[in-house]
Amino acid sequence: MRKLQKSTRESIFTYAIVIVAFLATQGLMLSGNISSALTGQLVPICAYVVMAVSLNLTVGVLGELSLGHASFMSVGAFSGVTACISLANVIPSDPIRLVVGMVIGAICAGAAGFLIGIPVLRLNGDYLAIVTLAFGEIIKNLITCLSVGVDSRGLHFSFLTSSSMLNLEEGGTVIINGPMGIAGIPKLSTFTAGFILVVVTLFIVMNLVKSRAGRAIMALRDNRIAAESVGIPVTKYKLMAFVTSAALAGAAGALYAMNFSTIVATKFNFSTSILILVYVVLGGLGNIWGTVIAATVLTILPEMLRGFNDYRMLLYAIVLIIVMLATNNSRLKLIPAWLKKTLGSKTGKESISNE
Amino acid sequence: MNNPREETKYVPQPATNLIPERELGKQLILEAHNLGIDFGGLTAVEGFDLSVSPTEIIGLIGPNGAGKTTVFNLLSKVYQPTRGTILMNGRDTMGMSTAQMNRAGVARTFQNIRLFNNLTVEDNIKLGLHNHIKYGMLSGILRLPNYWKQEKEAKERVTELLSIFSMTHMAPFRAGALPYGAQRRLEIIRALATGPKVLLLDEPAAGMNPSETSELMENIVKVRDTFQIAVVLIEHDMNLVMGICEGICVLNFGKIIAKGTPSEIQNNPVVIEAYLGRQKEDGQNAES
Amino acid sequence: MSFLSHLISGISLGSIYAIIALGYTMVYGIAKMLNFAHGDVIMVGAYACFFMVSRYEIPAVVGVLSAVVICTLLGIIIERLAYKPLRSATSLAVLITAIGISYFLQNAAQLLWTSNPKVFNSLMGDGSVKLFDGRLSISVTAIVTIVVCVIIMLALTWFTGRTKMGKAMRACSEDKGAAQLMGINVNFTISMTFAIGSALAAIAGVLLCSAYPILTPTTGSMPGIKAFTAAVFGGIGSIPGALLGGVLLGIIEIFGKAYISTQLSDAIVFVVLIVVLLVKPTGLLGKQVQEKV
Repeated sequence: MRKLQKSTRESIFTYAIVIVAFLATQGLMLSGNISSALTGQLVPICAYVVMAVSLNLTVGVLGELSLGHASFMSVGAFSGVTACISLANVIPSDPIRLVVGMVIGAICAGAAGFLIGIPVLRLNGDYLAIVTLAFGEIIKNLITCLSVGVDSRGLHFSFLTSSSMLNLEEGGTVIINGPMGIAGIPKLSTFTAGFILVVVTLFIVMNLVKSRAGRAIMALRDNRIAAESVGIPVTKYKLMAFVTSAALAGAAGALYAMNFSTIVATKFNFSTSILILVYVVLGGLGNIWGTVIAATVLTILPEMLRGFNDYRMLLYAIVLIIVMLATNNSRLKLIPAWLKKTLGSKTGKESISNE
Repeated sequence: MNNPREETKYVPQPATNLIPERELGKQLILEAHNLGIDFGGLTAVEGFDLSVSPTEIIGLIGPNGAGKTTVFNLLSKVYQPTRGTILMNGRDTMGMSTAQMNRAGVARTFQNIRLFNNLTVEDNIKLGLHNHIKYGMLSGILRLPNYWKQEKEAKERVTELLSIFSMTHMAPFRAGALPYGAQRRLEIIRALATGPKVLLLDEPAAGMNPSETSELMENIVKVRDTFQIAVVLIEHDMNLVMGICEGICVLNFGKIIAKGTPSEIQNNPVVIEAYLGRQKEDGQNAES
Repeated sequence: MSFLSHLISGISLGSIYAIIALGYTMVYGIAKMLNFAHGDVIMVGAYACFFMVSRYEIPAVVGVLSAVVICTLLGIIIERLAYKPLRSATSLAVLITAIGISYFLQNAAQLLWTSNPKVFNSLMGDGSVKLFDGRLSISVTAIVTIVVCVIIMLALTWFTGRTKMGKAMRACSEDKGAAQLMGINVNFTISMTFAIGSALAAIAGVLLCSAYPILTPTTGSMPGIKAFTAAVFGGIGSIPGALLGGVLLGIIEIFGKAYISTQLSDAIVFVVLIVVLLVKPTGLLGKQVQEKV
């Protein structure tokens, strides 16, 4: 009998992977055995892990395909950086400012998720997916048209006009400059901050899944009508999953943005959303540690393939296709049963006679 | 399959509230008046009336396509009725969703079993208990003391409920991996976990062999007696319906064609013609 | 007059979207998958035609025909290699594979033809028809695009309604199991659907690059997404829906650019899509399917 809380073992395993990976990387960095290209990737890896884990909450746990996850990252990035720049004088401590930035990013992205979620979650299946794609494009478009500046009187916003229309006082600074995005971002993000965000995200997502609310969310995925018949309010739990997912993506966005000196809205486009979805699907729907590994490996992979120069993205595509074929083809029994089960295959009809 | 010996085992309790001549002045738990629904101009159910008193077992029978499951879908608000009213405990349920209807006290099972297949048996039942487990999202994430206390209580309740159908050993397994009969029983337990006042069972004996069916009959009566709830069931197995139902309602083409006690229904010529077939002269039980 | 002129360019752009949307809608109808590589097949078609006509100076008609042949073959090969093994897999797995194919085509194109934009000379020349004393000028390209779109629609309606193959396609999209029991070769039918969709993509690629003459390896992706939106807009799985969705989308986009804001035109298109889906959750001409309980 596979007793003792399989889920508890899984979460211990997940935390262990992350902590070991963090310590190993720190060790390598101290001994100087890590390439500078890879060092530059550390914060983005953390951000993508958080993105993937949070998207898994929507796609794997709630069971709704979202094609616009990058837009929440974008909202988080722009609001978080705006907060960090405008609070530069109020909060001198860098780490605290980073935390405040991430929290504000999470709140803004969560609010965006709430506003989008109300109409979106009324739809089902592929229609829901296309609407999330549409919202992703709309948010990208809106941020491209937005200018924000700050001066002693506070924040100034303008839409569809150039940043010169902000009416800033003498000494005020333009933060978001329309299509040019944000330039001169303070580099507040560190690998340690990224690691902490990953652990916090894992804590939130894994504990949520194993609580009353998480069960209700999974019930909606497995059988919506049955879930309603036992008195579970559909909209409430769909929104809860969607907003939590968006908020975590927002925090990841703030972390990601503060690793670079400039960001533009077009960075967080449909391709980025798809990229994160790929991590989730390859890691396994609903499988958190699988997602963590997939996001890490696939972020490093293009770097590793750098030796192949021009061919690296082509190889990436081929690897992706082959992995999908190998893990999903019923004729090629290449993979152990557990992987198949985590990928949500319907063939997991093992009998219970082994009790 | 006919098994007349089984019938004698289940002496139905005195029919306290026969349809339609029920005792006046007694509180009804669920009432449907003139219920009807159209699907794109096609009337699926029309003029459906039903009164259920608190501890009654009622059978809903009729040929395939008569609209029995549609009636269940209306009573549980999976479909909103086009016409008519449903009163729960004397209160109008207009505009209520399926989830609200459940909280008002209507729980159901489905003809094609609807379990949460990727979750364990235990989690399936905990989902039934969802509205009785009281802690918020934050307590769940931060694992506050309330979480541990409530989850522990829920777990005890799950074991208790599983023991009704002697399924306690199945708690850690994936619901989708259970054998068919166990899935049907699990669905009933999940519905019971919601603490209903009325339990709607859609073909609970479908696909069961005679011995499983007779066990199920025993269990339905046991559930009614333990939980003091009303049961409405759709069933094709006449042995079961005639054996445990105190009142029977016969549907054909979306309309009620007869109501009464099992013996009345068995002797009703309209019912015999529509549903049971013309085999009365053989002196056989109508079901054969 | 500017209103009329915008309307015509809207319809013309919409016709291209409609032809692309047909590929999405037919494949979705039959294989229930979102073929995200479709936009890149358009790009391949456009490159094929570009090299035939501009480099090797083959007559335009032959160039278009060979682009059609190349894309058809490409569509069949993709289907055989990547999608057919996943017939029984989850739709998400197929979606990711399609994304993999899309990456593959884009990067292969970049290696073969570099990312330098190619200037595609319109096959229809740059003439225009002048009306109302020259106040309204309609380019020949726009006219040809609209005419081609109408011809394709009529042909497809005839094909799916009247021919044996077309009926087989409709049967498969309704119920594959039942179709198989009726002796229809489901795998062959699905391959044929991909072939037709890809052939249409080649035509769309040529038309697209005739109207917007810059050709790069990512030319197909944005029109692909928009055409997909158009297919959903009109009701995915429905052929008249694809036409209606495509044309409406084109008109909204051009009007949005002309009267509201160039920067916001994409956002406007998507806002309209969302509003339509909220009012009619399965698109304008989509069938409302209620889940059986």
